Amino acid sequence: MKESLNSPGVQIPEELSGLVAITTLDRIYNWGRRNSLWPLMSGLACCAIEMICTAASRYDFSRFGMEVMRPSPRQADFMLISGTVTKKMVPQLVRLYNQMPEPKYVVAMGACASGGGPFKEGYSVVPGIDKFLPVDVYIPGCPPTPQALLNGLMKLQEKIDHQALKTDAHWYKKDGSAPIPVPILGPDLIDLRKVEQIRLASQVQQPASDADNNEVPHE
Amino acid sequence: MSDQSAVVGTVTEVFPDWFSPDSRPGYAGYIVPSERMREAAGYLKNRKHFDMLTSVTSADYFPEDRIEMVYHFRRSTGGEPLRIKCFLSRVESQIDSLVDVFPGAELQEREVWDLMGVRFTGHPDLRRILTWEGFAGHPLRKDWKEPFFEDEIKPYKSRWPEGKFIRAEEKNPLGDNLCFPPGFDPESWVPDKDEILYKSMTRVAKAGEDGMDSDTIIVNLGPQHPSTHGVFRMVARLDGETVVDLKPVMGYLHRNHEKIGERNTFLGNMPFTDRLDYICSMSNNFAYALAVEKLLNIAPPERAEYIRVIMAELTRIVNHLVANGFLMNDLGAFFTPVLYSLEEREFILDFFEAASGSRMMCNYYRFGGVVRDLDENMMSMLKAILERLPRKMDELEKYLIGSEIVRIRSEGVGILTPEAAIANSATGPLLRASGVPYDLRRADPYSIYDRFDFDVCVRYHGDIYDRFMLRIDEIRQSIRILKQAVRDMPSGPVLTGKPQYQVRVPAGEAYGRVEGPKGELGFYLVSNGKTNPARYHVRAPTFINLTSLAGMSRGNKVADVVTILGSIDIVLGEVDR
Repeated sequence: MKESLNSPGVQIPEELSGLVAITTLDRIYNWGRRNSLWPLMSGLACCAIEMICTAASRYDFSRFGMEVMRPSPRQADFMLISGTVTKKMVPQLVRLYNQMPEPKYVVAMGACASGGGPFKEGYSVVPGIDKFLPVDVYIPGCPPTPQALLNGLMKLQEKIDHQALKTDAHWYKKDGSAPIPVPILGPDLIDLRKVEQIRLASQVQQPASDADNNEVPHE
Repeated sequence: MSDQSAVVGTVTEVFPDWFSPDSRPGYAGYIVPSERMREAAGYLKNRKHFDMLTSVTSADYFPEDRIEMVYHFRRSTGGEPLRIKCFLSRVESQIDSLVDVFPGAELQEREVWDLMGVRFTGHPDLRRILTWEGFAGHPLRKDWKEPFFEDEIKPYKSRWPEGKFIRAEEKNPLGDNLCFPPGFDPESWVPDKDEILYKSMTRVAKAGEDGMDSDTIIVNLGPQHPSTHGVFRMVARLDGETVVDLKPVMGYLHRNHEKIGERNTFLGNMPFTDRLDYICSMSNNFAYALAVEKLLNIAPPERAEYIRVIMAELTRIVNHLVANGFLMNDLGAFFTPVLYSLEEREFILDFFEAASGSRMMCNYYRFGGVVRDLDENMMSMLKAILERLPRKMDELEKYLIGSEIVRIRSEGVGILTPEAAIANSATGPLLRASGVPYDLRRADPYSIYDRFDFDVCVRYHGDIYDRFMLRIDEIRQSIRILKQAVRDMPSGPVLTGKPQYQVRVPAGEAYGRVEGPKGELGFYLVSNGKTNPARYHVRAPTFINLTSLAGMSRGNKVADVVTILGSIDIVLGEVDR
């Protein structure tokens, strides 16, 4: 802990080591954040069970300052997408993300959250949460073992270590970060950022397909 | 024990003549004219004592103009299921609802409507259940294609055998898993705001004692809620703190298991079954393997049977530990009892990992056996677990049952009467805690369960406490079975024939079921002789057990609803599939 707080190369007299740390603002800011990352308590699917195991006594992620699972997004630092994201669930997840205070992070746990996984071809599965939320760490596995999850969370800590207040802390900028538009459920999932594309694609389809089936043209 | 297993097929003559036997090769059961299905259900219930409607499903026989409704009836006294079918036209696809005869059909009929587009006349609340209101089409129809559709059967021709890989996004005009009906205008779309859902709920506005009208309020619990065990949502109408009506809302984890299953090869579905009830992957494998083995008409070797039973019973222990731990969470003992449960679970998961290579998603069973043998090391691991578990169960029982808070909050709360449990097609611990000694391992034995000496656990109050205690009882019985299985396990091969990637499955239908930790887990398969199933339906126990939730919750306080849900023990992977 001392080592990560002290700036490298600064000599502290022997008698003061452990009492005094000489560091930069960036370093102490990130040191505080990385050691008290509170996850949002939200389990989606199978990966959530491994997440619970990781929280339990054998793997115990409280060693990394992460044991305070917050059911409320207002108190959470990062969101662990632990499972398959379906089209029906994604509006809620986006809303939760918008409700989280900055600085906030997203960890995609497992194959489904990263890219759809085994269920990618399914009609109501979002192939990866990164279609909507900015993902910081992807953890492979189906489900990732607790060791893999811990490794992924340590990667998140590393990422935080390297964020400089001056350049990376966009949350202190005047305009901050805009909320992500919450998608709505129509005949299929409507991403409000892609309304124009959707309209164009539906127009192109019109002459080609019959009125009563919504088959996708494929070769 | 029951000896009525010969009911179906031997006493054909007792059914009226409008029950015509299904004589297609590979098929069984009876066909009933669709307009008389309700009459048939009443007849079976009242005259033939088939008092449980186990499963309601359907199969699309496109390009023929035929959708088959498939019903499985059971007797709560035991015996094989009776299969009744109705043929419907794909265009009209309409049939009478059975909800007033068998309330357990409610959620299942909604599922058939949602995914297959069969309209049930007389259904009290026919809304979409796994997809959402406004969703285009009925996905399980054979002519409905998903946005990432590539081919009917895996492995896809474009990729195999050359080994090319094409990202599904590249073929889709939107570059995403999306497909909109032609001419769709996203800006004029009015999304569903759950108006229909809220309107469907009973509304009892009453005048209070002081003569003032008091209104009820609607509270949504979930889908993101710490106590809903996943992405489950309950909509409760409250009068003060008392629940007037409650509706389960699901589908937030609907990942198209059945549609994907119809594209996969038979063996390719095995790892997908792991992800149904992701706490009990071994039981899911078991039921699916049994269903396909019925179609293939093969049986696993002796040693494999014992290994299967060992794995299934260990899974039951894991599930009950986790279920009870989380029930304690819901009661307010936040996370401490779960830690004890998860500690024991880890020992069993290590054993699973040693045997199958994976902690949770075991993918261990194969058609005609299991994939790998257990060696001496694993057997000693197992023996250590069996030595430790009874002690730990005593410990858990000592700490929790003596707790006054546990007893006050769980005794007499969330009562399910045996009549209601049977009518609602409840199975598993939920049914047995209501005083119905119905366990498929005895009622309709499969595998080698008839060789073991164990008791069917039953408790009689039907409240949360009994469900909790019943799970502890069942863990003890599972340990008994495990000890006998370890003692008697013969040596020999663990798989009939050669290991195969592609099995040749003859045409026909089969229903494979096990007494899973949560209830009757069944797989209804239709094969048309190809390498993939033509229909792949999962009879998910927790999905059907949720039918009882509203009835148990009415009249209770909101805080109790959370524990009632916990005592049903749901896993969303299985509820939503």
